[in-house]
Amino acid sequence: MPEAPLLQVTGLVKHFPLGGGVLARPHAWVQAVSGVSFAVGRGESFGLVGESGCGKTTVGRMILRLIEPTDGRIEFDGQDILQLSRRQFAGLRRRMQIIFQDPYSSLDPRMTVEQIVTEPLRVDRRAGRRERSTIAVGLLDKVGLRAADLCKFPHEFSGGQRQRIGIARALCARPELIVADEPVSALDVSIQAQVINLLQDLQQEFGLSYIFISHDLSVVEHICSRIAVMYLGSIVELASAGSFSREPRHPYTVALLAAVPLPDPHRQSTAVPLEGDVPNPIDPPSGCPFHPRCRYVFNRCPVEKPPLVPAADGHLVACWLNDGRGVE
Amino acid sequence: MTACLLSIEELSVGFHTPEGTARAVDRVSFSLDKGETLGVVGESGCGKSVTSLSILGLIPSPPGTIESGCIRFEGRNLLELDPEALRRLRGREISMIFQEPMTSLNPVIAIGRQVAEPLMVHHGLSRSAALAQAGEWLDRVKIPAARRRLEDYPHQLSGGMRQRVMIAMAMVCRPKLLIADEPTTALDVSIQAQILSLMLDLKNEMGMSLLLITHNLGVVAQTAARVVVMYAGQVVEEASVVDLFDRPFHPYTQGLLRSMPQLGARRSGGGKRLKEIPGIVPAITETIAGCRFAPRCRHAFDHCRAKAPDLFSVGVGQRARCWLKHFPERRRSDA
Repeated sequence: MPEAPLLQVTGLVKHFPLGGGVLARPHAWVQAVSGVSFAVGRGESFGLVGESGCGKTTVGRMILRLIEPTDGRIEFDGQDILQLSRRQFAGLRRRMQIIFQDPYSSLDPRMTVEQIVTEPLRVDRRAGRRERSTIAVGLLDKVGLRAADLCKFPHEFSGGQRQRIGIARALCARPELIVADEPVSALDVSIQAQVINLLQDLQQEFGLSYIFISHDLSVVEHICSRIAVMYLGSIVELASAGSFSREPRHPYTVALLAAVPLPDPHRQSTAVPLEGDVPNPIDPPSGCPFHPRCRYVFNRCPVEKPPLVPAADGHLVACWLNDGRGVE
Repeated sequence: MTACLLSIEELSVGFHTPEGTARAVDRVSFSLDKGETLGVVGESGCGKSVTSLSILGLIPSPPGTIESGCIRFEGRNLLELDPEALRRLRGREISMIFQEPMTSLNPVIAIGRQVAEPLMVHHGLSRSAALAQAGEWLDRVKIPAARRRLEDYPHQLSGGMRQRVMIAMAMVCRPKLLIADEPTTALDVSIQAQILSLMLDLKNEMGMSLLLITHNLGVVAQTAARVVVMYAGQVVEEASVVDLFDRPFHPYTQGLLRSMPQLGARRSGGGKRLKEIPGIVPAITETIAGCRFAPRCRHAFDHCRAKAPDLFSVGVGQRARCWLKHFPERRRSDA
């Protein structure tokens, strides 16, 4: 990226308190995100993948300040958004939007489609009622719904159509960055393809940047140009989509890719499945978070946490194997 | 020559709704041999779960009614069994694993007792003998320190561990048929791989048959020998797993396979557009004169919209519900 990135995240940390209250102190902390750094360029699709509890959703929400980070820096278009007051941030916040996973619970059932998709305008008082209506028609057209759908309520739509409404709402404020948190995971295969194509068309048309959060490796590989793999609150590997599945370097990425059942009966997956469960983030393992499940583990791994360093051109990995270059 | 264990013939299930009777399952037929794994794939609302629930007599009635058809298990028609006979069958000869390991275990009963219960009910084992066997089974489904966890409650286990408990519970009586309805959908990929390999190992070891219901074509490709594809309540294609992925006949099957992003398919350039199936699944209360897939099918012609096709034989052991069998010239080339 020759120009300055649209979003630069540095050393992001989030610890959630467990227990505690007004008077009591929390008795433990969940280390949801522990030191995550990455940059997203203008018009780029950046993928965050990992299994449940790896912290990918928390990272996405912290970027929009839906969750306040414990520590770290988030720069959007050169401005440190964590230094801004709520009021100052509101102006910037319009330029970043979010699409949620569940198309059922993320739309207000008592609002019409028109009210839902133009709510960002109403909040800003940027347009009159008639103008909002015209904008709503245009937005629905962009996402493949009809003007006749404006006065309907969310329950009248299927899951895929609801996700289109959620996308129209996100587009309404003319954002530059959209955080898409598992936007197609709740959809059926044939509808999933429709929504993925829509997201890609919109990106082309509006020059959007995406942070695409998903557990589905094939979907992320299809949409994103760079992919970060998270495990227990840390990025363990960051690679271009081209080399992500072909030359994975972190043992976790290797195992994760091997676990995906291939839709091809001629290629039986022969890999040994990853043993055990993800450790508890209240009490994460010492050193490399993956070491208790890693088949390449050696004496250095439980002692020191490996840094995320370049192993090849544009390919970063956090692993002590082969002098920090990971699996080769 | 393998013997047929389960055969479903012309099964139709309807649900009474304020909008009229919805036919969730429409004249569905397929069979399953001893020791075979049959995959049933389809999207939400295609009737795959309703079909599996009707095997065990678990369709809530009202509003559901089995309108016609029969389900033969080792020659007996399950639809004619009285509730007591059906109860003796469930959990002993046919077991089921559900999608949600969170909600399908009883949260206030220790897992050891839940696994032991089928043994006490069906085999009349004493509590201590059943618990001992439950411990062995929890060990077999690879729950760490299984004997010490008999007194644990479901909330103390992770999702993958709960699904292992479900499997142990389904297997204790050594059933002849295991029905697994989306057994790995709620799980992460690495846990999914563990659960699938565990299920297949146990199946092979015990010579059991497996009816695997899923929407995940990858899971089907890696586990099933034969596949039934369902759409809007009907079987639209049936084939061996190799034929289905190599030579899919029905435009819906072809569309499903093409619309999936393939891992590793991406070169350094940008991702290509996926080949989507346009439109949406029809509502089950809708009455459609012709082929139910016609409104979304790019090959559809007048005949498709006028008359519903039957399941035609389109190859060895391959059937498809599509008029293209008789009008092959109507198939459009790939654009």
